[in-house]
Amino acid sequence: MTILNALILVCVLYVVFLFAVAFAADRAALRGRGSWLRSPYVYTLSLSIYCTAWTFYGAVGFAARSGLEFVTIYLGPTLIMIGWWWTLRKMVRVGRSQRITSIADLISSRYGKSNLLAVIVTVLAVIGTTPYIALQLQSVTLSFAAFAETDPTATTLPDMQSTALWVAGGLALFTILFGTRNLDANERHHGVVMAIALEAVVKLCALLAVGIFVVWGLSGGVAATLDRIDASAIARFEVSGSRWVGLTMLSAAAFLCLPRMFQVMVVENEDEDHLRTAAWAFPTYLMLMSLFVVPIAAVGLEVMPAGANPDLFVLTLPLMDGRDGLAILSFLGGFSSATSMVIVAAIALSTMVSNHVVMPLWLHFSGSAAMVSGDVRHVALLARRLSIAGVVLLGYMYFRLSGGGTALAAIGLIAFAGVAQFMPALMGGLFWRGATRTGALAGLCVGATVWIYCLFLPSFGPSVVLPQVVFDEGLFGLQWLRPRALFGAEGMDPVVHAVLWSMLLNTAAFVLGSLLSFPQPVERLQGAQFVNVFDHSGTPGGWTGGMAQSEDLLIMAQRIMGATEAQALFAEAAKRQGLAGYLPEPSPTFLQELERELSGSVGAATAHAMISQIVGGAAVSVEDLMAVADETAQIMEYSSQLEAKSQELARTARQLRQANEKLTQLSVQKDGFLSQISHELRTPMTSIRAFSEILRDTGDLTPEEQNKYASVIHDEAVRLTRLLDDLLDLSVLENGQVVLHVQTGSLADLLDRAERAAGVQGGTLRVVRDRGAEAVELTTDLDRLAQVFINLIANARKYCDGQPPVLTIRTAVVDGQLVIDFTDNGSGIAPAQQAVIFEKFSRIGQHKAGGAGLGLAICREIMARLEGAVSYLPGQKGAAFRVTLPLMARMAAQ
Amino acid sequence: MSPERSPLFLARRTYRLRRLSDAARMLPIAGAVLFSLPLLWETREVRTTDAMFYIFGLWIVLAVISGVISTRLRPTDTEDDPKGSQER
Repeated sequence: MTILNALILVCVLYVVFLFAVAFAADRAALRGRGSWLRSPYVYTLSLSIYCTAWTFYGAVGFAARSGLEFVTIYLGPTLIMIGWWWTLRKMVRVGRSQRITSIADLISSRYGKSNLLAVIVTVLAVIGTTPYIALQLQSVTLSFAAFAETDPTATTLPDMQSTALWVAGGLALFTILFGTRNLDANERHHGVVMAIALEAVVKLCALLAVGIFVVWGLSGGVAATLDRIDASAIARFEVSGSRWVGLTMLSAAAFLCLPRMFQVMVVENEDEDHLRTAAWAFPTYLMLMSLFVVPIAAVGLEVMPAGANPDLFVLTLPLMDGRDGLAILSFLGGFSSATSMVIVAAIALSTMVSNHVVMPLWLHFSGSAAMVSGDVRHVALLARRLSIAGVVLLGYMYFRLSGGGTALAAIGLIAFAGVAQFMPALMGGLFWRGATRTGALAGLCVGATVWIYCLFLPSFGPSVVLPQVVFDEGLFGLQWLRPRALFGAEGMDPVVHAVLWSMLLNTAAFVLGSLLSFPQPVERLQGAQFVNVFDHSGTPGGWTGGMAQSEDLLIMAQRIMGATEAQALFAEAAKRQGLAGYLPEPSPTFLQELERELSGSVGAATAHAMISQIVGGAAVSVEDLMAVADETAQIMEYSSQLEAKSQELARTARQLRQANEKLTQLSVQKDGFLSQISHELRTPMTSIRAFSEILRDTGDLTPEEQNKYASVIHDEAVRLTRLLDDLLDLSVLENGQVVLHVQTGSLADLLDRAERAAGVQGGTLRVVRDRGAEAVELTTDLDRLAQVFINLIANARKYCDGQPPVLTIRTAVVDGQLVIDFTDNGSGIAPAQQAVIFEKFSRIGQHKAGGAGLGLAICREIMARLEGAVSYLPGQKGAAFRVTLPLMARMAAQ
Repeated sequence: MSPERSPLFLARRTYRLRRLSDAARMLPIAGAVLFSLPLLWETREVRTTDAMFYIFGLWIVLAVISGVISTRLRPTDTEDDPKGSQER
């Protein structure tokens, strides 16, 4: 068996194996088994579609031409990956919360679900990716041809284009089979992901095997290899600073913007947590992929005949040494790199093309009746399958037309620069709320134009697309418009030149457009949703239901999602709303959920358009407005905080003023109290002094006189003692230090006692009582209560000027309160006095009775202690006091 | 005063997590600067092998640091909401 036949056999077996793996993974996922499918390592390996055949073969060629510079292509992704906390985390979160299906969908979603933007991104992605697919086809055919050349039995070289056609056909078939199993592009393609993870392992192993063979097999050890490198044409580290930095940045941008990278990184992402593993595992993978590139290039340059294609050293070195097995492994590595890239790129592009170009067109031409016309699901799937075939076919056509001659790496960088034009719109959309649709449109258009003019068209060579005169004289003869020396920037590397100008002008147009334009409400909403995705991973702008017919929605959803899924979704929603059956109320929440589900299948813009066909129009809910008004809200919040602060200050000032007034009042009261007290003390003291002086100084007093004076002194001393007792009593009561002696007794007994003590018997005052009502048991400090009653009765006795004086005591129970009214038939108390009678030393006029004016003050304090009250009851015929006391006295607790 | 006995002003865990996310943010910047460092060398004098050792060594170091940070940092750990920034 010749090596070529062996190669074909191995290749076919390998492809069959891949199909089997993809099929098994899909089945396992379908049955809910296969948690290994969701491993973070599978995710990391799937990211390795960044390393295409361009990397596998081309990196060595790159290194053979310009030394260590090739490494920049890996440094950019490494930096992005270890900086996942900045961008990838946010992109993945946005992608998951908005059910993003592609990078075009992300940009269109962010800028108000604008389909125009999606179309531009799609077109640019197709222009950028088609040469790349051509590149993969070319690498497979070139490597195949390399085998054929070494095969002596092969009489004729296989037709390169037929090889490419076979490969393209097989890839299209695989992609259609496993890439469009489900319409929901947001669902994971487990089969595809598993297959590319496997291919990632194969290409890494192949490259490492070749590297080990070169270092230890061909060169004879590490030291010898290092000597060979030092002796080779790439011994000196001669890199241009601008290319080094420029290519690193370019590869970093492309890593984020490439449709296929977006597909595996964001759309196929199963779990945000996988990023944590990828953060170190993917840089390690890239490092291993590039570890042996320089040794292979150096040894290849030395060993291989001059003129040999350095892009194929990985393959031709083992072949030359007769290591056929290794060569076949190496071929499989390259084949894996090529196929996995084409598969994922075709899925990503077909999603974009069908969602943003075919479906909107179809919806447009099939009229405004999405729910009446044919099966949308079928149309969408067909559109996606056709798009896959179309994308692969385009790549093949490009390969046919370009003739497959140019160095591999050149096309790679051109494609990178093309997709890097998404960068300003993407990053601006994720981090800048002020970014608008107009800005994104302007940036993308300017950037794409500059890229096409400065890099893409010139890449076909002079006089192919752009005439030579444009290269020499510039467009329309304007010197500053020369594609390789824009604005007079001469002598720069063409790639760096084009990247510099396209990114600068792109960003400038994006920023200016955003600054000068005014966004639509939906843009503002989406902007808030994207930029502040970690604050509220909620849903974007709501629908107003009511007009929508649930049945129409169900019909439409069935056409897109499939009958079972749609009915399950509707039934679930109906159940949540507490309704039986399949038709939920078209509430804004449900409509949002439905739109999100549909956008997983047909993209945000189309889903939005389809629902608005039925529902009528999207409305902005209050919550959304709140989110949008965040900035304003912050300012308002700040000013309201200030306002609150100043109000608080004013309140505090008012309180301080009040406290000050009270203090002043207290001071006045204290002064009044002191002067009252000194007056009260002084009057008896004066009498005592005067009479005691008489007793001392007057010798000849009769015993009667002595007796009289001594009793005056005694009376005054008693009065003084009573005053001091009252003062002490009051002070104890006011300070709350009083100890209550709780007893139980009847109210009637208590009143009898009080009547006796107040000296009513034998006086003129007649007391009228209702003994029937007084049969109330009291549990309180009876002595204190009696003190209050005595005081009130004595007051009536002293001050009542009725003829004859009568005191009526009425008892009643109101709302659990014992109410006792003491009403006399005198002239009462003038309204002006009523307010002050309970104050200390307040006496109404200078009465004959020698009270100190403390009685009522003491009464008030006692009643407060007993949790009752004593108050003046106006509006009676005479003076009336009301004593209230809770019947269920809580005194018992004390 | 020893750090153990000093009063706990911040929840230590959240504080560490925030500094860890700061580190995660700084790492690519440091990486970019360090990867550009060979440009400052006298490139005509530098051998490719030396540059290789530097770059691949740095690559491994960055991957290891990234691994250390990432194993302790979950995407859902700290949310960088602008309102919370004053509390940091």
